[in-house]
Formats: sequence, structure tokens, C-alpha cells
Amino acid sequence: MNFLALFDLTVLDTTLRLAVPLLLACLAGLFSERAGIFDIGLEGKMLAAAFFSAAIAAVSGNVWLGLLAGIGASLVLSAVHGLASITFRGNQLISGVAINFLAAGMTVLIAQDWFSQGGRTPSLTDGGRFGPITLPFADAFSAVPVVGPIYAELISGHSILVYVALLCVPGTWYILFRTRFGLRLRAVGENPAAVDTAGVSVVGLRFVAVGICGILCGIAGAYLATGLQAGFVKDMTAGRGFIALAALIFAKWRPWHALWATLLFGYLQAIALRPDIIEGALGFKVQVQLLDALPYILTVVILAGFVGKAIPPRAGGEPYVKER
Amino acid sequence: MTMMQKILGATAAMALSAGAALAEPALIFDLGGKFDKSFNEAAFNGAQRWAEETGGTFREIELQSEAQREQALRRFAEAGANPVITTGFAFADPVSVVAPDYPDTKFVNIDGWMPEVPANVQLIGFQEHQGSYLVGMMAGMASKSGTVGFIGGMDIPLIRHFGCGYAQGVKAVNPDATVIANMTGTTPSAWNDPVKGSELTKAQISQGADVVYAAAGGTGVGVLQTAADEDILSIGVDSNQNYLHSGKVLTSMLKRVDVAVYDSMKAGEAMETGGFTTLGLAEDGVGYALDEHNAPLVSDEMKAAVDEAREKIISGDLEVVAYYANDSCPVLDF
Repeated sequence: MNFLALFDLTVLDTTLRLAVPLLLACLAGLFSERAGIFDIGLEGKMLAAAFFSAAIAAVSGNVWLGLLAGIGASLVLSAVHGLASITFRGNQLISGVAINFLAAGMTVLIAQDWFSQGGRTPSLTDGGRFGPITLPFADAFSAVPVVGPIYAELISGHSILVYVALLCVPGTWYILFRTRFGLRLRAVGENPAAVDTAGVSVVGLRFVAVGICGILCGIAGAYLATGLQAGFVKDMTAGRGFIALAALIFAKWRPWHALWATLLFGYLQAIALRPDIIEGALGFKVQVQLLDALPYILTVVILAGFVGKAIPPRAGGEPYVKER
Repeated sequence: MTMMQKILGATAAMALSAGAALAEPALIFDLGGKFDKSFNEAAFNGAQRWAEETGGTFREIELQSEAQREQALRRFAEAGANPVITTGFAFADPVSVVAPDYPDTKFVNIDGWMPEVPANVQLIGFQEHQGSYLVGMMAGMASKSGTVGFIGGMDIPLIRHFGCGYAQGVKAVNPDATVIANMTGTTPSAWNDPVKGSELTKAQISQGADVVYAAAGGTGVGVLQTAADEDILSIGVDSNQNYLHSGKVLTSMLKRVDVAVYDSMKAGEAMETGGFTTLGLAEDGVGYALDEHNAPLVSDEMKAAVDEAREKIISGDLEVVAYYANDSCPVLDF
């Protein structure tokens, strides 16, 4: 048995690529849910962002414009969610489900109308895609044993959105736990009445949180369509928004835990692609289906309270009513 | 024109279209969607060709969920559509349930299988393993590393059937070759996950593969894209996908779903039902694509070898083992 083989560089490289959309969506959900707004529309927002980023990048040939369009589309859906669940105090879960359906249908419809390629965007060429960035000294370092290849292959050579996503983790931690805004945002998810009594607008704070959620989902969707792929394909998020929600529970609504949780889920997905490595390392075959199911199994275990307790924000899911 | 005339005109037009609707064929697309650049799109192209040649019209619906299958079948049957053509193996069960209720309507299912075929149902199948065998030979000859890959969509016997024929073709030209086979997933979302397709391709490249064959619907878009980005060859499936990345797609395994749909619509209400039709190499039901996009990649030697194998398979001198024969593949372990 050779357990080290399980951490082959190519597997870790894949882990990072697959974890980034999960991480961005997970942090997006974290902002929203910490403010007391459950959001199962992460999937739909990512999908809409994936489509609009690819569509605008294809038309303009500029990937940055695409990214902006993706974030814009995601923000529009966030605004719908905010309007339904904050302003009109509707059911947050139903609003989220509606957003998922809306995004799944509208993206294909608009894509067919604009490009007539069967609900796809045209394949993006060089300027329309986020290319890999080679970090400084990557080539020079690669000769150094152990650390060199890790730096050159694993850390260097990703698209810029990967580094943005990783920087979002300390950023989220700082905003939530070291700023006045963060304190209020967390408070509004635990006890909105107290925040209201202090003279801070509950509705305003929640809208800001939902907006940040939209921006992060937008980046996640743009990364899928213009970073990992070269265009939009119908339903291309393939359930990643829901896995991100599972990761959020797994992470117990904490930013650093979210990074580890999504890296773990990404790793499980990555290792599932290499049955040969598993067999070589463990000496027996592991069913790929089991590996695919593991993120969900782990989340159920966490939810059942076997490994610590996952307690959601107390006011989550309840619209705030000022006076009765 | 007065209001009255307008209404009369509209009524007349409706009456006319209702009359024409009596013999209209209907086409139901499976969950992959009408424009999947692959299986369902081939069906649509066949129907389109029939419509252009005969000037007829056909009804169609794209399914959005599993629950709609029976509903869509009944709706078309009630509306008098004939024949009702369905694409995809998953339609076999609903068709066998619905068909006995509408004895005057002919139903066609492509790719499906049922233990007993009702008298008004015709099943059309393809010898995908034969076509896959041919593209497998080409992959084996084009590969420099001696390792080739296969990426399937949802893990179902049909896709294993593709992979098995492919592996036999590869081994036929290079007995020492390694064939790496991966499936994208076990749920229908495996047909539309290009990101996972990309990562599977990268994983296979890191194991040495330099030709990959994607039989994975929309997921294949990611496979072909990554293969082109990483400068290796890929093989498309069902429709001719050579043009997607000109010069980077070795060939495409053609499954002439369009021919099956075209023939069924042409036969119309008079079509023969109550059995199986199998379209193989001999009927031009499967084959490989050769056009200006992949001409530089296909050597004369390659073409000669593949055409020879094709003749042998048609004449029966060469037998490609079907995965269905005993639910396992002699040369590939899934």
C-alpha cells in the first residue's frame, strides 16, 4: 500500500479546479445564510452567470466583460430572491426553487434565440477565456525538489479566478468577524429584532448580504463557463450549487471550514476520476459511485450530529416582521 | 378585411391544419434535448429532412422531466399523431404501457428494448459496437503512446456497449494497447457535465492517453474541448462532430438516428410494427465520419484498414462481441 500515491499532483491540481466553484458558491451561501436568508438558488444563479458570462464573452471577445455580465445576471436573480423573501416576506425556499427553474429554462431559451446552437454559446476563443497564469519564478523553482513541482504545477498555472476565490476566504473571515458590518450581519441572522432595536436596518443588511451572495455566485458561474470550459452548455452546473450547500452545512457556516470542506469535496470528486490510483494505493477496487456519494453521506453524518453539531443561524429562513 | 372575414379565415385555417394533423407524425426527444449536437439532434435532422422532402409537418416535444414521458405519449396519441417516434432507451417502458391503449397508433422507439413487443410498436436498434470498433481501430493506429481513452456519459449497458466495441477495435490493431475507460456518472446529469468531462480527459491524459473517444452527450463537448486544448485527438459520437474542433477531432462514430427517423416518417401509418429493426454497418446505420475537417488526420493506411474491417464485419468474417451478449466485455473491465 502506498497512501502517498493518493496525493498525486495531478489529482491535487484537479481538486483545486473542482473545489473553486464549490468554494465560491459556498461562501456566497455563507453570506446569505449568516444574514438569515436561506438560499437554495445558488445553482440557478451560477447557471445564469455561466450563461451570460459565456454569451457576452463570445459576442464581445472580452472575458472581463463576460465576467461583469455574469455577475450582473446573478445579481438580478439575487434581487428577485431578496424582493420575494425580504421585502414581501415570502418563503425563502420556494423563492430559491423558483430561481433554479427560472435559470434552467431561461438560459437555454435565450441561448437558442441569440445563437441558434441548441441552447449553447459558441465556443470561446483566446480572448474570451480566462487563461492559466504562470506565477513568477514558477519555471525557476520547478527544479527544487518537492516544493518546486508543488509550486510550479499545483499553485501556479491556474486562471485568475482561482486565486480570487482563495483570497475570498480570508476576506470573508475578516469581513464577518473583524468588522462592524460583519458583526451586524451575523447578528441579523441570529436575532434581527436586536439589530432593529439598535437602529440598524434589517432589510438593508439582508439585501447587502444577498447582493454579496449574488456577486460570488456570479464569479463561480463565470469560472465554470469561461475558466474551466470554453462556453455554456445547458445545465452545466450539474448540481454544484447543491453540493456547495452541503459543504456549507459541513463547514458549519464558517469561512475557513468552508475552504477545507470544499477542498475535501473537490478531492473526493478528483480521486473518483482516477480509479487506477485508488487501486494502486489501497490494493483493492473502490466503487466510483461510492466516492461520488461520499460528500452527501458525510453531510448527513454531520447533520445527524455524529461529528460535532451543525447549528444554522437562529433566524435563518424566517422573514423579519417589524410589528404585528 | 372585416372582423368577420378574419374569424372565418382563421377558422378555415384551423380546419385545414386539423385535417392535415390526422396523419402527422410526432417525435419525442429524450432528456438530452433536441439540440444536443449528438443523438437527439440527429433524430431532429432526420425529421427535418423528411419535412423538407415531402412538405409535411411533424409534431415534436422536448422532455423536461422523467414524469412527462407517458403524458407526452398519450397526448400525441390522443391528438391523432401517427407514427409516434421516441428517442432513447428510457422510453421503452412508457411505450410498452401506453401502446396497447391506442391500437390504431404506431409507436417507434429508438435504442429501447422490451421483452415482448406489442403489435403496434417497432423497436429500432443500432449495432453501436460495430461502428465503435471501426473508430477504435483508427484510435489505435493514430495513438503514439499506445494508450487511448474512452469517456462514457451515464453508466448504462448501452454506453458500455460503445466502450466494448471501441476497445476491441483498439486491440485489433495494437494488442498491447491500454484502454482507459471512465464513466461520467450514474444519474442523467452525467449527460450534461462538461466540466467533469474535461477533468476526466485531463486525468486520462496524465495516464498517457493521446486519443479519447467521448460517448457522453453534452459532456462530450468538454471532452472534445479539453482534448483540443491539450493538443491530443478526440473522437465524437452519434452526429458528425468533426467540425467542432477542426483538425483535432480524429473522426466521429456516426449513429444514423436521422435515417431511422426519416424512414419511419416516410413509411408513416403503413409502417411495419411488432418487432425489432437492427441497423448495423451493412445498413449504413452506423459508421465513421470522414470530411474536410479530419481528412489530414486519417492516413490512407488507416482508411484502408478500417474499410477492410468494415467489409469483413458485413460479410460475417469478423465478429465484434456485443456487451449485451453476456453483460461483460472480453477486453475491457468497467
